[in-house]
This record gives sequence, structure tokens and C-alpha cells, in this order.
Amino acid sequence: MTVLDRVVAPAAPEPSAPAPRGAARPGWAWLGLLPFAAYVVLFLVVPTVVAVGSGFVDGHGSFTLDNLAALGDPLVLTAFGNSALVSLVTAVIGAVVGALVCWAMLGLPETGVVRTAVDAASGVLAQFGGVMLAFVLIAAIGAQGVVTVLLRQLTGISLYENGVWLYDLPGVMVAYLIFQVPLMVITFLPALAALKPQWVEAHLTLGGTPAGFWRHVGMPVLAPSFLASLLLLFANAFSSYATAAALASQGSQIVPLQIRTALTSETVLGRENLAGVLALGMIVVVAVVMGLYALVQRRAARWQS
Amino acid sequence: MAVVNPLAPGRGARWVIGVGVGLLFAVPFAATVLFTLTPLPGGSGLSVDRWIALVDPANAAKYRPLWTGLGNSLTLAGVTVLLVLGLFTPTMVLVALAFPRLRRVFEFVALLPISLPAIVLVVGLTPLYLQIGRTLGTGAWTLAFAYGILVLPFAYRSIQASIDAIDVKTLSEAARTLGAGWGSVLLRVIVPNLRQGLLAAALISVAVVLGEFTIASLLNRQTLQTALIVVNKQDGYVAAIFTLLALALAFVLLLVIGRVGRIGVGRKT
Repeated sequence: MTVLDRVVAPAAPEPSAPAPRGAARPGWAWLGLLPFAAYVVLFLVVPTVVAVGSGFVDGHGSFTLDNLAALGDPLVLTAFGNSALVSLVTAVIGAVVGALVCWAMLGLPETGVVRTAVDAASGVLAQFGGVMLAFVLIAAIGAQGVVTVLLRQLTGISLYENGVWLYDLPGVMVAYLIFQVPLMVITFLPALAALKPQWVEAHLTLGGTPAGFWRHVGMPVLAPSFLASLLLLFANAFSSYATAAALASQGSQIVPLQIRTALTSETVLGRENLAGVLALGMIVVVAVVMGLYALVQRRAARWQS
Repeated sequence: MAVVNPLAPGRGARWVIGVGVGLLFAVPFAATVLFTLTPLPGGSGLSVDRWIALVDPANAAKYRPLWTGLGNSLTLAGVTVLLVLGLFTPTMVLVALAFPRLRRVFEFVALLPISLPAIVLVVGLTPLYLQIGRTLGTGAWTLAFAYGILVLPFAYRSIQASIDAIDVKTLSEAARTLGAGWGSVLLRVIVPNLRQGLLAAALISVAVVLGEFTIASLLNRQTLQTALIVVNKQDGYVAAIFTLLALALAFVLLLVIGRVGRIGVGRKT
């Protein structure tokens, strides 16, 4: 289990809080909670409220709903559409490939070298790559990348027959897959590992086939976990900024890049506080997806006891 | 010898998946290594000149942003770890000891940043950091407050797992009965029992901080990742070298975390 998987996997059901022994400690202990509470309010609550709230404020600081009209702007709609497309494509491909990797890893001893290394590598790529994944991709399949040049010299095939796509949406999708597949490995492996070998043994003893086991038992049991991981991957891609920013140094093809443009130039599309409106739109999408994730995850947890 | 999991695919399918996906992932990284071995102009074949050039004093000015960024990132990592150990940990112990009913709320808050895109956080942090810039200065270390929020979910899970593994209440009551003050209870009784969780939380915080780009870039602070972007524009090879080094470091950190966890499991049984 990697640390990341502890973060995204559902917490083990913990016993309900024990009643305080003896008399509750009177007095001043709650003061000890204040520094942390102040910190969270200042650096988590206030920024979130400001980010979302600034969409509702006009240039003079008074409340308005006019800014929200920006969400209907064709350019903004295109960005949201692109973001959704990138997230959907990379989530589906990432989930399928990642699930296959998990399945293959079932055959390896849990404390073996390969599983340990794949665990750590997945953690790095899924969570800490960011900008660096873009560089790796540019070094490999950029216009002067090693693979691009080798392919051209050895086979005459050009990766960029129809123009350079690496710095646009297709490139962003390829780059996102480098962290989506590992994230799937981290989140889905615990669910797959929780499938009981006894079930397949029972199934085979009763005359079933391995393929029948997967169709009638394995897949139905895993379906909620798979869907939950898929939703998590979608939210993850939708929220990602660093990799896309390093690949597409200009432009605002997807929502996070549009927020960058809105933050770094005074007025975009002639609208005030566009960054706040975009942030609001993003939060709504991610909150809906993560809400669904929590619901599906609860259903999935039924089998993992 | 471990029994083979009957759910696992056959040897053939395993190899096809392993080699197929493995190659897809290995190629970009192998290509990056080859890329950094590109000879300097006039040379031929593969050479390590570009790695050596990194420490050549003649190039010091060119690479200064990288070293500055790396220094800032290490400082940030240090301050963030201080936040985790000095603020999050005592609060979590206090919740476990005196406010068990707050656990759910605390967990909700601690895990909230997972579903909050960093780019959204930046929008709200921008005005806040304007104020911080006026009062505390624009030093890179101030970013650590924002990074603390980013590492909070990771730190929470690692540390809470350690807290759940021991009976903090009994330990502290025993220590109190024997005359220990609250300071010694925390530092000499509880913290040593949490060291695995604390170590994991600290290491993962370092990994998060060294890889963070979104906030640093949009708040105009110089860190390792923003410096990589700057240097990449003049010299893509150096950016590639640092990328490989940083990813390797993160890999080692996570390997250590994995091992620490395993030792813990071994000891309990």
C-alpha cells in the first residue's frame, strides 16, 4: 500500500469514538485546537471562498451575477468541453490499461521487487510528475525528441506528418496518460486484491469456467470500484494544471489554462473576475464528480470487508 | 513459497501486459536519458559532457536560476515538514486524546484538499499572498503555508494510521500517572510511537513540495519546477537532467516510505 492509496482509498471503518473516560477534561484543551483551526481557515477556507466568491463581485466590489454570463461565452464553453473530453478520454484509457496492470500484478508476490518498484513508480508518476512529465515527453517525442528522430532516420515515418500535435490537445492527452494509468494502478489494486481466491475456487469446483467467473462474479463485484476509480481519474485530469501548462506555454485550450490566462492578463474576453467564474465552474464539476465518487465508493466498500 | 493467486492471469497474459505497458512507460524515460547524453556541438556518439557541464563553474551564471530554485524548494520542504510535525501532529494527537467526537470533522477537513484543484486554490491565494508579501515579504518560504494545505491529506492519512495503531489515551494516562507533564507525554511517549507515520508524512511532504508547480508559478515564486521551465527555454538538456534527478529522488523517497510501512507491519505480527 502506498501512501497515496491510503489517501484516495476509503478509510477502513473505524470503531466509533469511545466515550470519554471519567469526567470530560474541563477547560482549556480546546485552546490547543485554535492554531490549526486558524491555519485552515486562513489558507484553505478563505482562499476557497475568495476563489468562488470573486466570480460574484464586480469591478467596484459589489455583488453581481453578471459575471456568470461568462460561463455561456463560446470560448469558455469550448474550454470546458475540451477539459471534459481530455478528462474522459484519459480516464477511460487510463482505467482500462491500469486495471490490466493491476490484474497482471496479482500474480506477483506482494512484497516482491516488482510490486514494490511498481508501487513507488506509480506514486511518483501519479502525484509528483507535473511539469517533469511534459519534459520527459518532449525529450522523447518532441519535434527534436529522441524517438521522433530515430523513427525518421530508421523508418522514414514522421510523427508530425500533419503538424505538431504534441503542444495541443492530443499531446496533453498523451501526457496525462503518464499519470492516469499509475493513478488507476494505485486506486484499483486494493479492490482487485480484495477479491477472495475462495470465490474462484468455489466457482471452479461447482463446474464453472474461469471466463464464467469473471463474467458472473468478478466483474459485477468489481464494477463499483472500477467506476469509482474512473470518476477519480476524471476529476484528477480535470483539475490538473502543471503538465498542460508546461506543454502548451500559450493558449487556453482547457479550463485550467484559461484560468492562467485570466490571472496573468487584466481582462480577458472583456470580462471582470473571469478567473473566479472559471474557478466556480471547475469546483462545481469536480464537486459533482467527487460526490458521485463517494457514493459509488460506499457501494464498492460493501465487498471489501 | 506463496500460493499463486488463482485470480491472476496466466504466465503468458502476464508477460504480454507487463512487457507491453512496461515498454510504453519505459520508452519516454529511456529516451530522456539518451537525450541528456546528446554530445555537445562538435562531438559525436553519446557523451556525459552535459552532465559534467552542470557543475562547471563557467556555466554557473547560466544555471543560477536552477540552483536558486532548488534552494528555495528545499527551504520550502523544510518549512512544510515543520508545519506537519509542529502543527498538524500535535493537533491530531489532541483530537485523539481530548476530542474524539471531532474526528469525523477533522477527517473531512483534512481530506478536503484532494477534491480542490490547486488552480482554484491559486485564484483565492492570489489576494492573500499580496497581503503576505506586504507583511512577511515575498520570500519563497511563505509558500509553505499554501503547501501545508496540499500535503494535509497525505500527512493526515499517514499520521492517523499510526495514531490508530496505538492506544494514545492509555499511553498518555499511564505517563501522566507516573508524573510526566504534557510536554513529555507528547515528545517522549507519543511521538516515538508515531515515528513511522511521521517519517512517511515528512517524506511525502518533501516529494509534494519538490514537484509542486501550479501555485509557485502563478504566484511568481522561484522554485525548482518554475526554474526548470525557465532553464528549459535556454537549455533543454539541463532541464531533462534535473527532471531525471528529481523523479529519481521522488522514487527513492516513496520506496523508503513503502519499506517503512512494511517494517511496521512485520513488527506488529
